[in-house]
Amino acid sequence: MNIPYTRQTLDNGLDVLVHEDHGCPIVAVNLWYHVGSKNETPGRTGFAHLFEHLMFEGSQHYDKGYFHPLQEAGGLLNGSTNADRTNYWEVVPTNALELALWMESDRMGYLLPALTDAKFANQRDVVLNERRQNYENRPYGFAGMAVMAALYPEDHPYHWMTIGAAEDIQAAHIDDVRAFFQTYYRPRNASLALAGDVDTAQAVELAARYFGELDGGDEPTPVHAPPVVEFGSEQRLVLEDRVELPRLYLSWHSPSIFAADDAELDLVAEILSGGKTSRLYRTLVYQERLATEVAASQSSRELGGYFQIIVTAAPGRTLAELDRAIGVAIDVLANEGPTLDEMERCQAQAEANFIFRLQTVGGFGGKSDQLNAYNVFVGDPGFFERDLDRYRRVTAASVQRVARAWLQPERRVLLSVVPGGRNDLALAGSQPVSVS
Amino acid sequence: MRVDRARLPALGADPSLRFPEIRRRTLSNGLRVCTVEHHAVPLVSFLALMPVGASVDPIDRPGLAAITSDMLDEGCGDLDAMALHDTLGRIGGHLDSEIGSDATILTLSSLARFADRASGLLADMVIRPRLEALDFQRVRELRLNRLIQLRDLAPALADRAFARLLYRDHPYGHTPLGTEESLQSVTLSEVRAFHGAKFAPAHATVIAAGDATHDALAASVEAAFGGWSAPGSGAPPDPALWTLPGPPDDRIVIVNRPAAAQSELRIGHIGVPRRTPDYHALLVLNIVLGGQFVSRINMNLREDKGYTYGARTSFDFRRGAGPFSVTASVQSDVTIEAVIEALNELQAIRGDRPVTAAELQTGRAALTRGYPRNFETAEQVSRGAAQLALYDLPDDYFSTFVPKVLAVDEAAVTNVAQRYIDPARLVTVIVGDREKVAPGVARLNMGTPAELTSTFEPWIGR
Repeated sequence: MNIPYTRQTLDNGLDVLVHEDHGCPIVAVNLWYHVGSKNETPGRTGFAHLFEHLMFEGSQHYDKGYFHPLQEAGGLLNGSTNADRTNYWEVVPTNALELALWMESDRMGYLLPALTDAKFANQRDVVLNERRQNYENRPYGFAGMAVMAALYPEDHPYHWMTIGAAEDIQAAHIDDVRAFFQTYYRPRNASLALAGDVDTAQAVELAARYFGELDGGDEPTPVHAPPVVEFGSEQRLVLEDRVELPRLYLSWHSPSIFAADDAELDLVAEILSGGKTSRLYRTLVYQERLATEVAASQSSRELGGYFQIIVTAAPGRTLAELDRAIGVAIDVLANEGPTLDEMERCQAQAEANFIFRLQTVGGFGGKSDQLNAYNVFVGDPGFFERDLDRYRRVTAASVQRVARAWLQPERRVLLSVVPGGRNDLALAGSQPVSVS
Repeated sequence: MRVDRARLPALGADPSLRFPEIRRRTLSNGLRVCTVEHHAVPLVSFLALMPVGASVDPIDRPGLAAITSDMLDEGCGDLDAMALHDTLGRIGGHLDSEIGSDATILTLSSLARFADRASGLLADMVIRPRLEALDFQRVRELRLNRLIQLRDLAPALADRAFARLLYRDHPYGHTPLGTEESLQSVTLSEVRAFHGAKFAPAHATVIAAGDATHDALAASVEAAFGGWSAPGSGAPPDPALWTLPGPPDDRIVIVNRPAAAQSELRIGHIGVPRRTPDYHALLVLNIVLGGQFVSRINMNLREDKGYTYGARTSFDFRRGAGPFSVTASVQSDVTIEAVIEALNELQAIRGDRPVTAAELQTGRAALTRGYPRNFETAEQVSRGAAQLALYDLPDDYFSTFVPKVLAVDEAAVTNVAQRYIDPARLVTVIVGDREKVAPGVARLNMGTPAELTSTFEPWIGR
C-alpha cells in the first residue's frame, strides 16, 4: 500500500505534505496542531476543545465567521480535538484550494485581533451544550470520564476527557485563549497535509505563499506525564446513571500508539469482539445470551494506551456472570493462544480496515489525516506500509504473549454502570463514584 | 509574493466533474444490475436494494420488515450463522444492513480478490436465508432489549413520538424497529412468509462497484443472482394509495425525562415525496433554512443565542410524503425560547424575511460546487445509483442536477416555502424535563401539551 507524498518543511517549521490523487476534482486540506487536552492542567480542563471552537469564529482579515466562504465554495469542513492533537480540515473543489489555504493561514496567524468577549461567551455556551448533548443527556455518557479518572492519577494529562469538566469550561477566561494561541498555534507545532487533485509543485508553492509569512514560534515544551503507578490489585467502581440495563467497563493500561504490542492488542480486540464469530460475541451474545452487546478495543495514544471491553447485561443477567465469562475467555486466550483460523480472519480484517480508511482524501480520517498522523507521531508520513506490516507480522504466539502480559486480572479497572438506586447490581465491593 | 489579505482569493472556474459511468443491464429474472468501475483501492462492494421497508409492515406487525432483514445474516445457503461470519471475516468483508421506510439495503464490501465470494455470499443472504427458530428467538430478544435501551435515548424517543404524532396508522407512523408489543408477538412463520412474498428479483437492484471491470463485476453478479426466482413479485407499495392523516389533535407533546440536561426537539409536519417536481427548489430552501452550518436556524440558535450545539432542518424525501422537521437538542432552561425562535424562522422565510440574493447564491453554490464530493468512493457511487433505482429517477439524474439547482431563483424558493411549510400545521415534540418545560408552553399557542412517559404511556395501551 504505497501512498506517494512529498514533504517540504517551510523556514518557519511548518511541515507541508502533498499527495496527488486525481480520481475526483477535490482536494483535502488537513491541518494538525500538536496540542490537545493533554496540554491542559487540572482545573483548566476542556480548554483545548473550547479553543478549537473559537478558531471557527473569524480571524483578523475575514471576521465574518469561518464557514461562510468555504461552504459557498462547495467545501465541507470541520475540526476535532482529542487528548493528543487538534485537527482542522476542509474538503473543497480544486478551485477553492487557495481559498482554504488563505482561511487556514489567516486563523493560524491572525486569530487574536478578531477575538471578542461576545464570541468567547457564545462558544462557551455552545460547548456546554455540546457536553450536555453528548455526555450528560446520553445513556452511559459519564462512564468514559469515570474510567479515565480511575486509570490515571490526578496530575496525569489523561486523567480527564477532552470535553473537560463543566465547571472548568464555565470558569475559562478569554486571557487564557491568548496564551494558548501564542504557545501552541504556531507553524512549528503544526503539520499541513494536502491530498487530492493537485499538482505537487503548485500545492507546495501555494502553501509556502500563505503560511510562509507567519512567525514559526518556539517548539512547545513536551508534556510531562508522571509515571502511572498501578495499584497491584483491581479497582472496582460503580456509577449510577439513567439507564435500563447494567453495563460493565473493563479497562487496562496498554502500550502507546505505534509502540511494541500495540498492533498485537488490536488483533486481540478483533479476536475477542470483531464480528459474530469473535470469542466474546459468540459466547456472551450468541450462545449464552448473557449480554446484549460486547465491544473490545485497543485505544492507543501518545503517552500510553488503554485496552477496554464494554459489555451490557441482558435483562435478568448479572455483571458478575459477565465478568466471570470474560475472565475465562481472556484466560483461554492467554493460555492457549488463538487458532490459525482466527489469525487468518483477523489479519484479513486488519488489512481490509486499513484499506477502507484510505478510500477518501480527507474529512474525518482519509489519506490526508493519516499522513499527518504518521508525520506527527512517528515523523514519517510514508509509514503506511510499515504500519500495515505491524499487523502482518503478528503471530499466534505474539497474540498469546500480549494477552498474558497486559490483560491480567489484577491490573483491571472495573466500572459498573447501573440504573439509579440500583448499586446492588454492580460487581460486589464496588466503590461509588460520582461524575457530573 | 506577499499575501493579499485585503480580500479573499477568487475561486476561478469550477472544475468539471467526470461522472463515473454506470452500466445497466437486466437479467432474465428481471433483476436490474448496475456496475461501476472504481480502481483507486483494491476493494469491491456489492449492494442489494429491495424496495421493502418498514412501510410494508402489516398494521399489527410494526418491525416485521426490520427483523426479517436482521435475520438475513443469521445463516444462509450451506452456512450457519457462525460459518457465514467466519467466511465474511476471511475475505475482509464489511457487511452493512440498513432498513428504512421504503427499502432494505444490504451492502457487502470486501478485498477485490474475493469479489466472486462476496457476491455469492450476498446472494445467499438475500435469496436463501436460513430463517431458523433458534436464531429467530435470539434476534427477537436482542431487538426487544434494544427497544428497552432506547427509552433512555432522547433522540430515539423524539423520532418515535414525532413519527407517531404526524402519521398515526399511516405506513410511516412507526420507526423500523417497531414496538415491544409487536416484537413479542411476531413469529418465525411470519418472517418466512414475509421474506417469500417480498424478496423477489423483479423489483430488486444489485449494484456492483469497485476495482474490477464492468464485465467482471456483471459476470460475478449474474453468477450469484441469475438463478434467483421467487414466488412473490416484490413490487413496492404505491404511496399514492395511502391516505395521509390530517393534522393531529395534539399539536405539542412532551415526553417527560425528569432532570434532563437538555430538551430534544422535533418541530414539523408531513412534507413531500422524493419525486416532487419541486425537489431542487426544496433543496435550496432547506440549505438556506437549516441544511448546513451557515443556515438561518443554526446561526440563530447556536451562533447567536448559544442555546444548542447545533440545529438543522430537513425534508425527509421518501417514496411517499416523508416528514419535514427542525431537529435540535437545546439547553432545558431555554426550551420554549428555542421553539419560538425556530417557529419564527419557519414563518419568516415564507414572506417576512424571504430568501435574499446572497443566501440564494450561497445555498445554490454549496449544493452545486459540493456535488463532486458525492462521487469519490465506489460506495458513494453505489449509494447514488441505489437512490435512482429506489425513487424511479431517470438515468441522467446526476448530469442534470447542477443545472436544475442553478435554475432555482428567489421566487421559486419563496414559492416552495409558502407551499411546503405551513405554520398552522406544525407540531412540536419535546423530550425533556416536564417541570422545566411545561410552565412556558402556553406561550407557544399550540394548546395543552399531551404528556407521555418514556414508555409512551398513555399512547401505548389505549
